[in-house]
Amino acid sequence: MIKLVARGQASVKWGYLSPLLAVCLTLIAGAFLFWGLGKDPVVALYTFFIRPIADWYGITELLVVAIPILLCAYGLALCYRASIWNIGAEGQLLLGAVVSSTMALQFVDSTSSWAMPLALVAGMVGGMICSGISAFLNLRLNCNETLVTIMMNYIALNTLLWAVYGPLKDPNGYNFPESALFGDSTLLPILFEGTRLHVGLLLVLLALVVVWVFMSKTFLGFQIKVLGLDKPAARMAGYKETKLATMVFLVGGALAGLAGAILVTGTTGQLIPAISPGYGYSAIIVAFLGRLHPLGITLAGLLIALIFMGGEMSQMVLNLPRSITGILQGLILFFLLSCDVLIRYRVVFTFKLPSFNATATQGDK
Amino acid sequence: MSNVKRLTMLGITKEYPGCKANDDVFLEIEHGEIHALLGENGAGKSTLMKMLYGVVKPDAGTIMWNGKEVSIEQPATARSLGIGMVFQHFSLFETLTVTENIALVLGDQAGHPNTLAARIKKISERYGMPLDPDRRVSSLSTGERQRVEIVRCLLLELQLLILDEPTSVLTPQEVEQLFKTLKQLTKEGCSILFISHKLHEVTELCDSATILRAGKVTGHCNPKNESSESIARMMVGDDIAISNECRRAVGGEVFVDIENLSTPALSQFDVALKQINLQVKKGEIVGIAGIAGNGQDELFKALSGEEIHRHSKAIKFSGDFVDHLSPLARRRLGMAFVPEDRLGRGAVPELDLRDNALLTSFDSDLVKNGFLNKSNITQLADHIIEKYKVKTAGNHDAAESLSGGNLQKFIVGREVEQEPLFLLMSHPTWGVDIGAQVAIHQAILELRDRGCAILIVSEDLDELYKVCDRLGAICDGELSAFLEPEALPLVKLGQWMAGDFDSTSVLPNTVENKQGVLAND
Repeated sequence: MIKLVARGQASVKWGYLSPLLAVCLTLIAGAFLFWGLGKDPVVALYTFFIRPIADWYGITELLVVAIPILLCAYGLALCYRASIWNIGAEGQLLLGAVVSSTMALQFVDSTSSWAMPLALVAGMVGGMICSGISAFLNLRLNCNETLVTIMMNYIALNTLLWAVYGPLKDPNGYNFPESALFGDSTLLPILFEGTRLHVGLLLVLLALVVVWVFMSKTFLGFQIKVLGLDKPAARMAGYKETKLATMVFLVGGALAGLAGAILVTGTTGQLIPAISPGYGYSAIIVAFLGRLHPLGITLAGLLIALIFMGGEMSQMVLNLPRSITGILQGLILFFLLSCDVLIRYRVVFTFKLPSFNATATQGDK
Repeated sequence: MSNVKRLTMLGITKEYPGCKANDDVFLEIEHGEIHALLGENGAGKSTLMKMLYGVVKPDAGTIMWNGKEVSIEQPATARSLGIGMVFQHFSLFETLTVTENIALVLGDQAGHPNTLAARIKKISERYGMPLDPDRRVSSLSTGERQRVEIVRCLLLELQLLILDEPTSVLTPQEVEQLFKTLKQLTKEGCSILFISHKLHEVTELCDSATILRAGKVTGHCNPKNESSESIARMMVGDDIAISNECRRAVGGEVFVDIENLSTPALSQFDVALKQINLQVKKGEIVGIAGIAGNGQDELFKALSGEEIHRHSKAIKFSGDFVDHLSPLARRRLGMAFVPEDRLGRGAVPELDLRDNALLTSFDSDLVKNGFLNKSNITQLADHIIEKYKVKTAGNHDAAESLSGGNLQKFIVGREVEQEPLFLLMSHPTWGVDIGAQVAIHQAILELRDRGCAILIVSEDLDELYKVCDRLGAICDGELSAFLEPEALPLVKLGQWMAGDFDSTSVLPNTVENKQGVLAND
């Protein structure tokens, strides 16, 4: 018989082991899934997880996919540390992309060295507008932040569609719902010749360091942690709740907006409707899988990026449906949340003895 | 048959991760006696009771009930044996009536639903604690709620009643009534197990006592033959000071001046403050007694700034109005707060002691240009741990892993070390063992002597009489007058706590009347 026994204190060890166990369980479940779809599990797993990054180009592609996910996830981690359940990274990313594109289209024929930085800043502003509206609704009007941010995602998505079908549509684009191609001065420089890896990677590394230092070394980061863990204590200590919450909303929005700007100026070079295959949603999984810690998030972000690439690869090579990507991401989150039980509980295997029945006694309070 | 005991617990052992809560405990209760179970916080009293009531299972040991070995699997089993328990924190639903609450817990044991209300009325009156079965619990006072819990036990064929700190929520008058009821019960053969911190109650009421320290039985005695001091000695061991004399002070100039502070009730179960007038002088300790839920919380939050009433002008701090200021601004003016809930408001449970030191001491050279100075933070945490004798494995321990008393010492130490000009404390030693109590009182008195104005809100009258220089009571959001403890008999404070403010002026009035009579003559 298996039973869960509460630990005296949360286990630090299982805090780290739980995500690893979740990944292993996902791989096992994935193998069964492939087998059920009539594929050789070993071949399928290889195609899914190894083949996409078997060469240098694959690795750089992995980083290209990981860049927007990571930026969104760092911002979300800040919000989640403050117990603000912001689900709106996707919308912030999309609006960031729209605003950034609007700025970039002003520089199509220009060679100004301001073009690229301005497009990036515009993206951040776009993301901040999106999250700022959520912050206002949440903090001033007391609306639930989860619902508000989810709804903002739809507003942002439809703003994007309106933009590409309307004001930002390329006049010479044969009526395709796409913006004009951006000028070279707006595009992010490529880091390595022959790849698509751009300087967005450096921005991610910068964000990693800044977020990490902010979380662990500054008093503001500490206040955010206290606010997230224990609101009454934060209030008693005199921390400015609304100010802190607004700040994490805006920083989260800025980072997601930057991700959107990087997508249009680095990866696609124009605004298209399918700019993001749900990077902002995947970032939620990444933030939790990475234990809300910047380093953990970085590792988790690479894994989720790999699942994106694996999904495409298995679609091409094995003729598997595209929804495999979503299923595997969902499985990871599912297993992670299940494995997190082990942080507070220990599993005990007991053999049933007739005289000493070890079932948990329940209080009736 | 006469030597068959009501209850014998033999060699009871229970281990939790990291601590042995009960170690080979022996407890024996006679028929019809009031037996006291004494011990500091964390001595293992609650664990022992939970095992007796079937909430927790012992790792080893036997329980003999009326001479027969029993295994108590769950509270329903305990109740069917005739064991009833009144927990320290009541488990009642505010929105349900007395009858519904009782029926809910007892289930089939409550008997036929149609007769339940009549039986509740009959039993409650028989034992001198009348209850209206149809009233909603939300409209009952704390004392009446306790009656509901006791009557719930009495409805069964009760042979043993366990009371966990029953008097901590009662006025002195209510305590007297409770003791009468308990004595009546024992005359009818029911045994009572009485858990309390208040030693004078134990010596007054109980026929025998078992004393626990750190999970082990350290003595059995007849409290009637012992003094409070000798029992306290058995509870805490030999090496801790258990008494400190208190020095009264008069105080200097008025420092905190509250004039006509009124606040609305924010929700159904909140209390509105009505025309609060209160002055706290530099270098004095003012105490406010009162039963929980009479506006203490609202007063605390109004003073700390956790609830800001932007447009009122009632609270003056060192001559300036602070009503509109945030908690942070008030702290920066020199206010410090020790709230009632130590875990979740006074300290963050999941964070370690270093982070919890930083929580409110951020202005004590711990933050530079927005960055944390980790070595100063560690130093401060270690300093508090050492100076206030906080028992812990080190500054890495999470706040939730400390016992209540130790965490309270840490929180009080943290606030006192900021050298505040005004310290506001709510229940500073609630549930804290004697050793820690002495340490906390010592720290408060020293702070007062350095000129700090201190306001204490507490339910513990012994504590208030011990440390306060002026004492009053709060009831239903209204404050009584304030008198020196020596001039305020316990009976009168009890009347004030029950809202009978007219008796405020028994003493002064009679004096005035006499003078009036003299003048007329």
